[in-house]
Amino acid sequence: MKLLVCISNVPDTTTKVKFTDNQTKFDSIGVQWIINPWDELALTRAVDLKEESNNPVSEVLVVNVGSAETEPTLRKCLAIGADKAIRIDSDTKDAFQTAKQIAAMAQKEAFDFIICGIESGDYNSSSVGGMVAEFLDTASISSVSDIRFEGGKAIVERDADAGKEYLQVDGTAVLIVQKGFAQEPKIPNMRGIMMARQKPLEVISAVDANALTEYTGFRLPEPKAKVKMVSPDQMKELVNFLSTEAKVL
Amino acid sequence: MAVLVYIQNFGGKLKKQNFEVASYASKVAESMHCPAIAVVMGTMEDSEIERLGNYGISKTLRIADKVYNTLINKLFTRVVQQVVVQENVTIVVFPDNNEGKAIAPRLSVRLNAGFVSGVVSLPLSVEPFIISKRVFSGKALAQVRINSPLKIVSLAINSFGLHEAKTPNRIVSFEPEVSLNDDSSRVVDRKMHAEGISLLDADKVVSGGRGMKGPENWKPLEELAKVMGAATACSRPVSDAGWRSHEEHVGQTGKIIAPNLYIAVGISGATQHVAGISRSKCIVAINNDADAPIFEVADYGVIGDAAQILPKLTEAFKAFKGE
Ligand SMILES: Cc1cc2nc3c(=O)[nH]c(=O)nc-3n(C[C@H](O)[C@H](O)[C@H](O)COP(=O)(O)OP(=O)(O)OC[C@H]3O[C@@H](n4cnc5c(N)ncnc54)[C@H](O)[C@@H]3O)c2cc1C
Ligand SMILES: Nc1ncnc2c1ncn2[C@@H]1O[C@H](COP(=O)(O)O)[C@@H](O)[C@H]1O
Repeated sequence: MKLLVCISNVPDTTTKVKFTDNQTKFDSIGVQWIINPWDELALTRAVDLKEESNNPVSEVLVVNVGSAETEPTLRKCLAIGADKAIRIDSDTKDAFQTAKQIAAMAQKEAFDFIICGIESGDYNSSSVGGMVAEFLDTASISSVSDIRFEGGKAIVERDADAGKEYLQVDGTAVLIVQKGFAQEPKIPNMRGIMMARQKPLEVISAVDANALTEYTGFRLPEPKAKVKMVSPDQMKELVNFLSTEAKVL
Repeated sequence: MAVLVYIQNFGGKLKKQNFEVASYASKVAESMHCPAIAVVMGTMEDSEIERLGNYGISKTLRIADKVYNTLINKLFTRVVQQVVVQENVTIVVFPDNNEGKAIAPRLSVRLNAGFVSGVVSLPLSVEPFIISKRVFSGKALAQVRINSPLKIVSLAINSFGLHEAKTPNRIVSFEPEVSLNDDSSRVVDRKMHAEGISLLDADKVVSGGRGMKGPENWKPLEELAKVMGAATACSRPVSDAGWRSHEEHVGQTGKIIAPNLYIAVGISGATQHVAGISRSKCIVAINNDADAPIFEVADYGVIGDAAQILPKLTEAFKAFKGE
């Protein structure tokens, strides 16, 4: 089985976000870029599935739609244990345009599962996974928290409102994973980092694709009102604030 | 022309968040001088569906076959697409939750309609269509323009509130033309939550961190949650240590939640934790360290020992409910 993990390259979570060009562009100066945390968990699990010999998974590829600047992130994916990385050479305009690139690539290679994270840490669009599935006209399963194999068949666990649901998947599918798929991201070891240098990082050109949405401006939220302190002996007062002032009860 | 709202079916029942998206859709429809209509998949009584009329929904299309009691992303997308076409819909509104995230992006591709997730306001302008959403996990707000004729948005839960507007809500059956064998995935087993409230759409959440000192001290926190009708959550070190189930872990690598009220008990407020809770409407922090970073994001703070404060807060909630 061949797995494809879609990797979004995002600013580190602790980044102080700033905008330039009259507040229309994210200011990337001094920003540390990381593998989107959900994608890192997805990749961790995909690599584990390959390494555990009782699973039918034989190959793990990663893909990113982005400019050459994302290559360090893809190298890190190789160091974590992906067999091959593909960069689709294009600036990302929106989720629709990004998903179309991934779908066009996936159409040529037969993947059994395409795995995406629930959202990118930057624009939080929660879209690419579902869109890739629709472009490919395949099944998608969202809120995925686990996968296991029973007699060659994949059983996927997802979080539903009332509990857990287990789905048997017979063909190819896009899995949109969240927390639980892996517990902690794999840290690349020295051997992984050395091996990553020899692994293929293929750059392919983008297909024609338009964007349907466009970011026109950004602003930082109003500075939060200072926290209101309540004495530990005044819990009635706190409940009262929550009811009449914050209006959340 | 119409605005269509997708009403998630919670086992035959409606929840507050359904009324919130309905309220939102009606307000959008009002600004465009067209009706707000709804679609409900699966089994639901008339009397339940009619309640949508309290929030301005004038017609609801019901796809009652019990096949639709279980979410199948591809199939549901096909059905909503057919409703959009039949009803000449120009804007589709989803809840920004698991089910919205499952269907809306697919529908976007299906209909070539621009999709913006997690919107937090009414459109700032309709022509061109510009709307605002949170980005960078709540650290900034963005304006996004949708350039396609058909538009899809998903509304961040708890960002809009309820707006009553009584309208008679006509219920109409819709018969989609779909092949039910078209999907390669099917549910083979289920494990229902034993009890408690699902964290992902809880209105209130009480969450414990390392300051709780050990799993044996969780009783008062659970007691508070029970009295408040809240779900329970925890920080990552707590679930890593096995004090609480991984299901409860919120943050950058855990669940992202947006309740009305989040009470953080013995949680320091690390950026990675805050990434998962910053979309909460109101945050209360209980911590014995006045310099804990959680107080920078909290609306209300209490400095002191969690073990002593929790029972007092529980009593206060009991008294409040008794009134
Ligand atoms: C890549 C990465 C991803 C991460 N993802 C997550 C994530 O998703 N979620 C997450 O939560 N963390 C995450 N973390 C960990 C995060 O950085 C913090 O370490 C973690 O959130 C701290 O948890 P805590 O607040 O429970 O514990 P601590 O930081 O130890 O804080 C405990 C707090 O309790 C207070 N306290 C102590 N005793 C008492 C008492 N008796 N009464 C009241 N208060 C008391 C202390 O003053 C302190 O503020 C991540 C870290 C990394 C590097
Ligand atoms: N530029 C990209 N290249 C590859 N995969 C991406 C890209 N952007 C998003 N994804 C994938 O889609 C998921 C959801 O991202 P988003 O729709 O941007 O919130 C991410 O977790 C990734 O798995």
